[in-house]
Amino acid sequence: MSMLDAPTGRRVAPGFGVLFKTELLLALRHRADIANPLLFFVTVLALLPLGVGPEPALLAKMASGMIWVMALLATLLSQESLFRGDFENGSLEQMALSPQPLYFAVLAKSMVHWMVTGLPLALLSPLLGLMLNLPAAGYLCLFFSLLLGSASLSLVGAVGAALTVALSRPGLLLALIVMPLYVPVLIFGTGAVQAAIDGYGYSAQLAVLAAYLAAAAALAPLAAAGAIRISTET
Amino acid sequence: MPSNSPHLLQVRDLSCERDGRDLFAGLSFDLASGCAVQIEGANGAGKTSLLRTLIGSAADFSGEILWNGESYPKALPKLRESLLYIGHRAGVRGGLTPLENLAWYGASRDAAYRALELLDLYGFEDTLCQQLSAGQNRRVALARLFLPEAPPLWILDEPLAALDVAGVSCLQGQMACHLSRGGSIVFTSHQPVGLTPLQSIQLADYAAGDTVAGGVFVGGEDVHA
Repeated sequence: MSMLDAPTGRRVAPGFGVLFKTELLLALRHRADIANPLLFFVTVLALLPLGVGPEPALLAKMASGMIWVMALLATLLSQESLFRGDFENGSLEQMALSPQPLYFAVLAKSMVHWMVTGLPLALLSPLLGLMLNLPAAGYLCLFFSLLLGSASLSLVGAVGAALTVALSRPGLLLALIVMPLYVPVLIFGTGAVQAAIDGYGYSAQLAVLAAYLAAAAALAPLAAAGAIRISTET
Repeated sequence: MPSNSPHLLQVRDLSCERDGRDLFAGLSFDLASGCAVQIEGANGAGKTSLLRTLIGSAADFSGEILWNGESYPKALPKLRESLLYIGHRAGVRGGLTPLENLAWYGASRDAAYRALELLDLYGFEDTLCQQLSAGQNRRVALARLFLPEAPPLWILDEPLAALDVAGVSCLQGQMACHLSRGGSIVFTSHQPVGLTPLQSIQLADYAAGDTVAGGVFVGGEDVHA
């Protein structure tokens, strides 16, 4: 009978696969949380021609920059709730107490966050490019730069979300912490698309985005793990 | 019955302060394999703060805490391998079913089924926890104690709260079983719990400035010896 089995003496920690699967399951069950940033992204970009006027030449000039800025804001919007639910129900504390490094729990959360925000944003980007009259040469580059860049945004944003999770209204503070770290992604992301439109090679910019992503994947979960330890301490 | 490797939690002259207010001072006790400590005290006496200090989630304490002879915070990684903590926030996610919640804590499917059945949650395994009552959610959290691979040191904050009579006796049985196989428990509760050996600590005895040498023994042997 299970009650009479001796304890093993070591706590069993779930593997990365279980953490990832659980996060994905939770994200897919909260579909509204996935849809809202995407709707925000599409709505604001649909409003843009109404604001600045529907001249094709003007829109084409602004398209890549506006799509990138809106992708940034949409990611930021969804970032606030990354750890909040788990903080309130106590599972964030349980993650911090797990013998498994917090790094993997944060990495799983960031990866799922990217899969439900950054990835759909990148997939939607050709449609928005069409709406904003993006020159044909820019589409492929826009897609790949968003794909790489948004993954960095998810990872870096997790640090800000972890730092502000114990605050009751973190909105603006989170933006102030995270936005400066988004700057390199924005510069090289829009730079790549502009280079593609102008007919130059853009692999250098994509390489920088990939390098930023590699650094973020290695360091951001560590920083977020430290921030979670501070936030769950009372 | 195979017994667990012995372990020891030692608290030496522990003092804790929150927002400029001294909660308790000069608290010392030992917790060896097979023993339980019940922390008692009025609301706001610092029971939860004490437990949070013991799990290493509160760094601002004075005094010394040792896990297997190694002092905090150096001992924390090793402590976490042996620790099961259930706090006021139960660590149950509303968007997951009881089975998925337990899987997230590393339980195999069979073990999770059996633990939920023991806690009278049979038939609710695949219901989302946000649709269960507060008492049922509490049971899902406590089901971790019924998993066969439960770690040796249990630190439980008000484990009996929100449980009905049958739930209380079920949990007490499991706690007694844990002690008999060499585990140890620190818990807070306002109601008497039938466990032996049980060391009872009244936090009021350690109110700031008032230092008492040891705990009060309700039953069982002196673990200081």
